[in-house]
Amino acid sequence: MCLAIPSKITHIDNEMATIDVDGVKRSASLMLLEDAAVGDYVFVHAGFAIKKLDEESAMETIRLLKEAAAFVDDLEADKG
Amino acid sequence: MTLKHSDAYHDPQIARHLAKRITRTSRKPVRFMEVCGTHTVSIFRSGIRSLLPETISLLSGPGCPVCVTAQKEIDAFIALAREPETIVATFGDLIRVPGSGSSLQREKADGADVRIVYSTFDAVTLARENPNKRVVFLGVGFETTAPTVAAAILAAHQQKLDNFSVVSAHKTVPLALEALSDGEINIGGFLLPGHVSVIIGLDAYRPFFNACRVPCVVAGFEPTDLLQSIAMLVDQVESNRPALENAYPRVVSSAGNPKAVSIMNEVFETADADWRGIGTILASGLAIRDKYADFDAVKVFDIRLKPVPEPKGCACGEILTGMKIPPQCPLYKTVCNPMAPVGPCMVSSEGTCAAYYRYHGDG
Ligand code: SF4
Repeated sequence: MCLAIPSKITHIDNEMATIDVDGVKRSASLMLLEDAAVGDYVFVHAGFAIKKLDEESAMETIRLLKEAAAFVDDLEADKG
Repeated sequence: MTLKHSDAYHDPQIARHLAKRITRTSRKPVRFMEVCGTHTVSIFRSGIRSLLPETISLLSGPGCPVCVTAQKEIDAFIALAREPETIVATFGDLIRVPGSGSSLQREKADGADVRIVYSTFDAVTLARENPNKRVVFLGVGFETTAPTVAAAILAAHQQKLDNFSVVSAHKTVPLALEALSDGEINIGGFLLPGHVSVIIGLDAYRPFFNACRVPCVVAGFEPTDLLQSIAMLVDQVESNRPALENAYPRVVSSAGNPKAVSIMNEVFETADADWRGIGTILASGLAIRDKYADFDAVKVFDIRLKPVPEPKGCACGEILTGMKIPPQCPLYKTVCNPMAPVGPCMVSSEGTCAAYYRYHGDG
């Protein structure tokens, strides 16, 4: 149902965007988004862009994931 | 902007480390419920159940929209397909769900005009292109879908289409959580649905959390997202500090998507809803406001919902509330399978029985 892959907006005509999903072109309505521009990455649900991907938070998630993984590395190092 | 970093969400090493972390910290036996059907499928597909310690059991909740649709609503959809000069437009999952005597698929084989659409706008286009027919869209889904249905009604209103209508069988998540926590099963934590939360935001769960104080984490869909969310739930359980946390901040914010919420609220108002297996939950559904009554199929077609029993022997109700897992249903694999489903949980790609069947889950 939901494309979990963020799709890049390549073209906007009125409130319809052309999006690129891993190389495949589809269209998505921008009616449910406050602001979206060509080049943005969006999450699409049933033909509607519902959220712009927040790059800063994405990096934060990765940092947390790596931190959680490193926590195990530390424990293992402790054990010798 | 590159998205190279997204590899981290699948990184098997990070996943293994997260799983080890969970194994090290988890002491108390606990049941977590994933509320969203897409989570259920991701959990099975990624095999993360096998990485978790015995202390943790994962239960699938009522998060597959087709699965929680009441039998009487399915029957009403089928009755609509039998109306003359009518096109029924729906997302694909619904057409194979058995009603009391038929299914949309069977009606279609018998000549009814049932169309599977990808987007609600496709249904509006159908109405525009078929001015002599009445087009009804079957509105089944949670807060992720409801704004897209509202957008379609607004578009039809703008285009002055008088042959487009919607049955609103939508359901909303936060109040259902409250009903589940009050249920017979002791749920030690909830993995909250990522895409519903995109729309309603983390803050929408606050009243539920304040009332129930159950550990809650909004989770994404990749394997590491899910493991990270489970690790956060375990930390809350072990420290005895329930919290409402967001493990999916790259997509979910505190306020959600205000534009989508306002479009949804423009068209819909809250109404009581009947959930399969749970029963009526006050104010957990969405009805079309009087202002848009011309687009309300219940009024246009004068639909009367009659209570009907759910399929005999089907345990979907208990499965949706976490009281049973599919192998505990006597019909599972014996009579009921994806080719011949008895209940909706075996039909929908997001249904728990279908996920168990496809990924050979043994519990
Ligand atoms: S296995 Fe079939 S009959 Fe049993 S609960 Fe699931 S859908 Fe219902």
